[in-house]
Formats: sequence, C-alpha cells, structure tokens
Amino acid sequence: MAQAAAVAKPPAPPRRRRASATPRRLPYLLIAPAALLMLGFIAYPVISVFYYSLQNYNPTKPWRNGFAGLDNFTHAFTQDPQFWDTLTFSAKWVVVEVGLQLLFGLALALIVNQTFVGRSIGRALVFSPWAVSGVLTSAIWVLLYNSQTGVTRYLADMGIGQYGTSWLSDPSTVFSAAVVADLWRGVPFFAILILADLQSVSKDLYEAAEVDGASRFKQFLHITLPHLKDAIVLSTLLRAVWEFNNVDLLYTLTGGGPAGETTTLPLYVANTSVEAHNFGYASALTTVAFVILLFFSIVYLRLSKFGGGDK
Amino acid sequence: MITEIAPARERESTAPQQPRKARRAWDEVPRWQLYVPLGIYLVFTLIPFYWILLFAFRPAGSTSLVPWPMTLDHFQKVWTERSFGVYFQNSVYVGVATLVLTTVVALAGGYALARFEFRIKRTFMLALLCSQFVPGALLLVPLFQIFAKLQMINSLGSVIIAETVFQLPLSMILISGFIRNVPQSLEEAAWVDGCNRFAAFRIVVLPLLRPGLIAVGSFAFVHAWNHFLFALMFLSDQSKQTIPVGLNTLMSADSVDLGALAAGGIVAAVPVVIVFAFIQKWLITGFSAGAVKG
Repeated sequence: MAQAAAVAKPPAPPRRRRASATPRRLPYLLIAPAALLMLGFIAYPVISVFYYSLQNYNPTKPWRNGFAGLDNFTHAFTQDPQFWDTLTFSAKWVVVEVGLQLLFGLALALIVNQTFVGRSIGRALVFSPWAVSGVLTSAIWVLLYNSQTGVTRYLADMGIGQYGTSWLSDPSTVFSAAVVADLWRGVPFFAILILADLQSVSKDLYEAAEVDGASRFKQFLHITLPHLKDAIVLSTLLRAVWEFNNVDLLYTLTGGGPAGETTTLPLYVANTSVEAHNFGYASALTTVAFVILLFFSIVYLRLSKFGGGDK
Repeated sequence: MITEIAPARERESTAPQQPRKARRAWDEVPRWQLYVPLGIYLVFTLIPFYWILLFAFRPAGSTSLVPWPMTLDHFQKVWTERSFGVYFQNSVYVGVATLVLTTVVALAGGYALARFEFRIKRTFMLALLCSQFVPGALLLVPLFQIFAKLQMINSLGSVIIAETVFQLPLSMILISGFIRNVPQSLEEAAWVDGCNRFAAFRIVVLPLLRPGLIAVGSFAFVHAWNHFLFALMFLSDQSKQTIPVGLNTLMSADSVDLGALAAGGIVAAVPVVIVFAFIQKWLITGFSAGAVKG
C-alpha cells in the first residue's frame, strides 16, 4: 500500500499544477449555477415580457387572446390617462425622494464625521432606520398617521391642527405623508455611503487649504465635494432606480391611493396584472419601464468602471 | 481585507486630532452646530420607533404616552390568533435558505470572476451589472407563470429561488471584489505545498473572506426576511405566508388593530436588529467596498 502510494505520488503534482494553471472548464463550472439561475429567472422572464407585450393576454378572457401588434403600446400612450398620471407621479416621487435623501444624507454624514462626544451612539441611531423594511416602515407610519391615536391627535391636544385628521386618506396630504415616511428610511442610505467616502479624504488637503486661509465652506466646496463626486453620482443613480422600483412601501402604505394619487408605474403594472389580470397590457407597461431603466443603466455603466472610468 | 483597512483609516483620522485641536481651536466646528441639527434629526428618527413600542406595549384603547401599565396581550394575540408564530417560522426558512444558497452560488461565481480569464467573462460581468436594474416587481407575472409550470406555487421554494436570483448579481460582484483583495500568491504558495485548488481555497482564502461573506450573507438574509412581493404573489396558502405578508394583512383590514400591528412589527424587526447588532462593524465597510466597486 505504502509503495503504491509512493509510486502514485510523483505524477500527481505536475498534473495538479497544470490543472490549477490552466483549468479550462473550471470557470464555466463555477459560474454555471449562477448563470442558469439568472437565465431561467431573469433573462427568460424579461424576454417573455417583451413577447406578451405584443399579445392580448388575459387568463380571465381567453377568447380575446392572440397577437395584438403594437395595440397595447398605442393604447397606453394615447388612450390611458392613468398611464401618464403614473409616469408623472413616478418622476415626481423619484426626484423628490432622491433629492431630499441626498441633501439630508450629505448633511448628516458631514455632522457625524466630526469628532464629538457621543459620536458612535449618534451614528448608530441615525443609521438605524436603514435596516427597517418597506412593509414595517408602512406599519410604523400607519400607527403615526392614524386619525384617532396618531400624532395628529396629540398635536390637536396641543392646539395644532384638527382632531380626526388622516394624512393618508386626504389627496392633498398623501404625497407629503408618503415622502416623509420613505425619507425616514432612505436618508441613512446616503449618509452611510457618503460617510464611508468622507473618511478617505486626505487630511493634508484640509491643512494645506487652511494654511492658504480657506474658510470651512470653501474647503467643503473645493475639497470635500469634488472628492465625494463619484460616490454621490453613483449612489444617486442607484437610489433613483431603487426608488423608481420601490413598490413595497407605497403598496402597503397607500395602496396607490387615494384615487390613484400615489400610483407609480411599477405599482400600476402590479395592479394591472394582479387585479385586472390583463397580462398583455401589463407586459407592455413593463416594457416601457424597462426602456426607462435601460437609460439609467447605460448612464450607470458609463460612469462606473465598466465604461473605462477611473474607478 | 477591507475590514483591516478601515480601522487603520479610523486611527489615522482620530490619532493626529489631538495636536491639531490644540493648534487651531478657533477652527473647530462650534458644538451647537453639530448637536442642534443632529438632535432635531434624532427626534425625527426615534419618534417612529418609540411610537411602535408604545402601541405594542400599552393596553388596547389607552391613549397614554408612556407604555404603562405594560401588557404583552398584543404579542400573544398576534403570535397565536394572527398566526405570526407560523409566519415567523416560514420567514426563518426563507431567510436562512436564501442566505445559504446566495452565498454558495455567489462564492463559486465570484471566485471564477476574480481568478480566471475566460471567454464569456466580460459578457457575464455586463449581465451582472445590468440585472441589478431589473426589478423583481416588474417580473411578477412571468415569474408566477414559471413557478406555476414548475408546480412550485404555494411552496416556500419559489420564494427562496426568486429572492436568491435577485440577490445574486450584487453578491457576486461584492464577493469577487473581496477575493481579488486576497493576493493570489498566497494560494500559489499552498499549491506548491501540495494543496489542490479547492483545498488551497478552503484553507487560505476562505478564512480571509469571512468579514465579506458575513456582510453578503446577512444582506441576503435581511433582504429575504424583509421582502414582501414574491411571498404575496407566490404563496396563497395562509400557512405558507411570511411575516411581511402577515403585516400587510393586518394593515389592510377594514379596522386596523393597531396594537396587534405594532406587536407584529416588533416581531418582524427583532431578528433584523439581532443580525445588525451582531455584524455592524463588518457591514459598513463591506457596504462601502461595494459602493466603490459598483
């Protein structure tokens, strides 16, 4: 036995060495599980969405199923005012949310980047809502906004506002109410990313600027901001896509209502397919959403390293 | 690797602070400019947390602003009557299975991306980057049809697969970045010592990846734990549903039982809080690495 092992041993190392130097099939084997999962559950569904967007397809009305050409698209763009409403609302939602989150996130990151007593506990508390899910955020803000025992009641006790106010069911306040709820959870995202990047600013730059007599505001403008530029652009872009696709919070908090007031395009798609079972039309709407997302991802790829950028 | 760098940075930024502070105290940011905005923001952050605790622990019908006398009735009700005990178990299955599946598959793929040159590598990377922009919410219908064909509707497997698939791209990009940070010479040294590729990976590389894997794995768990739409769509049987769906059911009732909703919310939050408390120091560094590497 020992001899056999000794005899078998010598050829092994070169074979192994060669195997590790030029394993031809190994990388393909390693990416195969991921590739198969993504082909089956991302690529195939995307392609089938494109296919169904050209079909009349409604399981509850099978007699009308069949090729529809571009009918679904013409219907969306010319005869469906709700489609335009949801597009407008999506744009408004993304711009307001991302803008405010960036602003507050940047301010917070600058504050908790300073040295002060209680900094680490301050950071932990400021970042904490980041871990809260969309549904739980909704649950919390439903408790806060409810008309009987929500904050409005206690504000009314103090003489501010009226009893029985429900910010979520009033069309004039529902947008702000949803924005504040999502802001609560979204600001820490920017704060965390910007803080991480702030820590890599070279201290020498500030010292040099100070020797030259630059004010703190000027230091921020000419050192901090240029340093943060890449991180800000990329996280803004990612967040914009994320907010565009953010269905959990609006679905559970407002359900897109009242009267379709807070329906984003993905929420409209979900409603069209889940409630109206109009899969063909929902697929056409999804295709429109993909075109919008494609625009974002091209910009993203250009700016990130894949386009040959500096990072 | 990254966690090792971060504390060093921290040290750099705090250590030379002492002499500098003394040198030009006039330039320190006035304390009130830090504490006042931070305090205002903390009020905004913490009131919602306090509110849910208040509703969960005070008796039904009370309007007191402190949760006293304290009661656990809402928890009992939500756990048994509203089947949160069952939901909790299902959510644990989904979360843990997604964590394991995502980490293993992403580790294999990430290793290939970090260590090999192969023909479809660039295409595959492009697919990974692009698929981050494909939202699961927009693919509900085709995914439903696929799972129906596979007879997986109403089984937790459908949700686990769907969550894993949408976690994979980012996880793989992150992990391949972590692996690239481990010098290949370490692995080569192990090969020379007679390890095969797998053994070298297990003995040399894997221990160094631990912080990164903890970050990626906990992301996957928390994401699957929190996510709502797939479970809502693919699981119609009440005994199969997960906690977020349970919360949604509580919220969409005609007259919302606020105490039960608050207690259910806390049940939903506890595992996430535990995970985050456990991994906090790895999380921010792992996350920032991902931000830079895109």
